[in-house]
Amino acid sequence: MKKILEKAVKWILTASGFVTSVVILLIIGFLFTEGAGLFGEKVIEEGYVLALNRENPVREMDAAQIKAIFDEDVTNWSEVGGPDLRIETFRLEDMDEYFTEEQLGPDYGNAGPLIAGLVSSHPGMVAFVPESMIPDDAPLALIEDRSISPKEVFAGSEWFPTATPAPLFGMWPLLAGTLWVSLFAILFALPFGISIAVYMSEVASERVRGFLKPVIELLNGIPSVVYGFFGLIIIVPLLQQVFGLPVGESGLAGSIVLAIMALPTIVTVAEDAMRNCPRSLREASLALGATRWQTVAKVVIPSSMSGIASGVVLGIGRAVGETMAVLMVTGNAAVIPHSILEPLRTIPATIAAELGEAPAGGAHYQSLFLLGVILFFITFFINLCVEYISSRNRAKNS
Amino acid sequence: MTSRQESYHYRQQEQMEKIEARDVNFYYGDFHALKGISMDIPQNKVVAFIGPSGCGKSTFLRLFNRMNDLIPGARLEGSIKIDGQDIYAPGIHVDELRKNVGMVFQRPNPFPKSIFDNVAYGLRVNGIKDKKFIAQRVEESLKGAALWNEVKDKLTASAYALSGGQQQRLCIARAMAVAPSVLLMDEPASALDPISTAKVEELICELRSQVTIVIVTHNMQQASRVSDKTAFFYMGEMVEYDDTKVIFTNPHMEATQNYITGRFG
Repeated sequence: MKKILEKAVKWILTASGFVTSVVILLIIGFLFTEGAGLFGEKVIEEGYVLALNRENPVREMDAAQIKAIFDEDVTNWSEVGGPDLRIETFRLEDMDEYFTEEQLGPDYGNAGPLIAGLVSSHPGMVAFVPESMIPDDAPLALIEDRSISPKEVFAGSEWFPTATPAPLFGMWPLLAGTLWVSLFAILFALPFGISIAVYMSEVASERVRGFLKPVIELLNGIPSVVYGFFGLIIIVPLLQQVFGLPVGESGLAGSIVLAIMALPTIVTVAEDAMRNCPRSLREASLALGATRWQTVAKVVIPSSMSGIASGVVLGIGRAVGETMAVLMVTGNAAVIPHSILEPLRTIPATIAAELGEAPAGGAHYQSLFLLGVILFFITFFINLCVEYISSRNRAKNS
Repeated sequence: MTSRQESYHYRQQEQMEKIEARDVNFYYGDFHALKGISMDIPQNKVVAFIGPSGCGKSTFLRLFNRMNDLIPGARLEGSIKIDGQDIYAPGIHVDELRKNVGMVFQRPNPFPKSIFDNVAYGLRVNGIKDKKFIAQRVEESLKGAALWNEVKDKLTASAYALSGGQQQRLCIARAMAVAPSVLLMDEPASALDPISTAKVEELICELRSQVTIVIVTHNMQQASRVSDKTAFFYMGEMVEYDDTKVIFTNPHMEATQNYITGRFG
């Protein structure tokens, strides 16, 4: 009976370990397959074509050029490698300007041939129309559609996932936003975190420490939306006044909120490391005539350096992955930030904000998964760093 | 100070007792750890403290460099003077005192730094920046601790790469580098093998010309080998304090007799 019970326990433990691992692998696999799908998508929205006059020699354009043309930032074909010709754009919404309802006929039945005629009579026109509308024998040229390239995605500097006819998935602004916010968050959190840790482990009396430590650990338990709320109500208006900004929502606001959120991790881990510095080392230092602060600076901190480092890296990990608070205070402008005082947008905030409006399976949806993959790699790398530092620490202590 | 004044000063000190403890009572909170101890320790002698575990000998030793200051709730009554100066008087700088009263601990406790940096640490924290002087002092100290020949080619290696016995001699070199006039040793050989122990004992005999040494030990043979005077502690009291020869051959107290013959302890 006892044997069976022990076997059952062993089985349950093995099974739960196995199931957990499989689920994690499945999640990662799901993330990767969905994300990789983006590179199979076409540049131009599915089911649509860009039709040109046959006289126009342009056949290839990348997504950024297409967007510039339809935003009317580019108004001459010479700017995209064509003849010196003014660009006229045509979208389905513009139909009323060219044709009457009678001409179009019931259910827009005549729209296809009419548009084909329009484009072939305007040499500089480009029309964004459904593929099915254009008759097969229409005397038109089509822009060649190709798959989205990794270069456009990873090095692209514009994130316009809902732009028509060609959405832009340049992830660089989001990546830069994430890194900026995290970097500044750590710059703020580090000096404070280390100071608090030194204070708690070296200066504070046992009573003060017994009070302070749970309070700081409590900060970890506050939901991030509350931090975001606090940031929005207090920090954002404050920054707006202090720096005279047009809007207070900025990378700096995000960094400050994240710094507050990363503090407990840094403080707890660093403080533990410092308290674990062997008493014998402190005594050796003091016995040589070192003052308390010399002992802290020259013995305690160096010998707990790896503990402090893992605290910092864990704090960075928290900052990189944090979603809600950042979403609320950074202003969410997907542009490459030139200063920390500008609004910016991070990867997690983008995913949270846009996944709801991205049609499942579409390019936008897949691009968000790809962002998830990037985030996964960043945090994975950070975890590797922690693992490396603490394994070095273990080796040193043994 | 001219050299004549210096030698006069020296003679005067030689006549004086190096450490004078008067009616020392020490408490850890409510626990009365040391009971009315008075003792004179002469200059440039080796004095051994023996006694069973928990008898207060280490506590007493750690009063001489105020190491017990770190313990919360500890309280001292009575006075301890080193070179005639009350070391618990207000206005005494503890770090200055500890520069003068070095300490070697039970377990070797080198810093996780290089061998050189370990020995140089005491000099550096005391504000010495002259690299040539530091290098010279490190070499002297390591030679003084009979470690120089073993480590002179690997001064930049981690101190943790040394054996336990070498580490302990490194700790002695580290303590001697700041040129203290008193060296406290808290069971310095208890974590070492017999050969390393012999080396440390040899070192103690050599160092006595430079410093006054107070050593706590559980090893009675060690006490009889290295010390000039021995104090026997029991239950927080100093039972007997006399020349080592007297303690080990003809003690006055029965408790001492019982302890050194191994009837308890």
